[in-house]
Amino acid sequence: MAQRSAAVLTPQPIAIPVIPVREILPWALFGGLLMLLALYFVGAEQGATALLHGRAVHEFVHDGRHLLGFPCH
Amino acid sequence: MTRILLVRGMLAGLVAGLFVFALARWIGEPQVERAIAFETVMDHARGEAPEAEVVSRKVQGTLGLLTATVLDGTAVGGIFALAFTFAMGRLPVQSPRNLAALLAALGFVAIAIVPALKYPANPPSVGNPDTIGIRTAAYFLLLAFSCALTALSVQVAMRFHRRLGAWNASLLSIGFFVVAATVTCHYFPDFDEVPAGFPVTLMWKFRVASLAMQALLWSVLGVVFGWFVEKVVARRSTHG
Repeated sequence: MAQRSAAVLTPQPIAIPVIPVREILPWALFGGLLMLLALYFVGAEQGATALLHGRAVHEFVHDGRHLLGFPCH
Repeated sequence: MTRILLVRGMLAGLVAGLFVFALARWIGEPQVERAIAFETVMDHARGEAPEAEVVSRKVQGTLGLLTATVLDGTAVGGIFALAFTFAMGRLPVQSPRNLAALLAALGFVAIAIVPALKYPANPPSVGNPDTIGIRTAAYFLLLAFSCALTALSVQVAMRFHRRLGAWNASLLSIGFFVVAATVTCHYFPDFDEVPAGFPVTLMWKFRVASLAMQALLWSVLGVVFGWFVEKVVARRSTHG
């Protein structure tokens, strides 16, 4: 009896799933690129390089860019 | 599975971004305002007209700041989720919440601490606009080096895990990282562009605020993501 309850109470070793790289890769490419693009617009657009004309993007995220530690001006 | 984790990572990042916004409003914005006041005084003293406002200060400090912090949080959360997906089952950490906490700690050091120690956040009026190109390149290159060194250090810990045990292998790996990151930073260029007379206490408060925002981002991300994915991962886990 004692043995059986001990067996029930002892946590079974759990193997968390390993996801093969070929399954992650498409998401990493598309998701990763999208994320990096977002970071680029927050952190660098219209600073060292510019995809869009003007200063509007830079000025809009200005305070966040300074406080998040990206080089701004 | 990858898609579910990616979406939850972005959601956790969005939540973290909202927390960061609140902290930035509280301890960050006052420093930005003071730095801009300093800049205006300096421009006046030189007889230069202040730059024309494209976006008003009010919008910059509210909607602009919210957009920046939430977008940054969401993007970091998405990349974090991809790293988590890859690390699952490949690192010797079984609990999803522990793994999320470990990866968040690594991300905080690699992405926030190392670049900030070499190139700390600068308030408005600090920095020469002529060097923005090289400063941006150096910052992102150091970020890349820091991430690569972190990945390498994890490899070192894994390699020696069995031979030295978890504690000594981790110590060896941390030691390797600290030495390699220090040497790397040493060979990166220095920029000293703080204008004469810029208040030292303002600089300190601004940089502490910036680091506090990063600490909050990574801790909320690590905790919330672990909580968001715990059940999903458990359902896919195999017992035995």
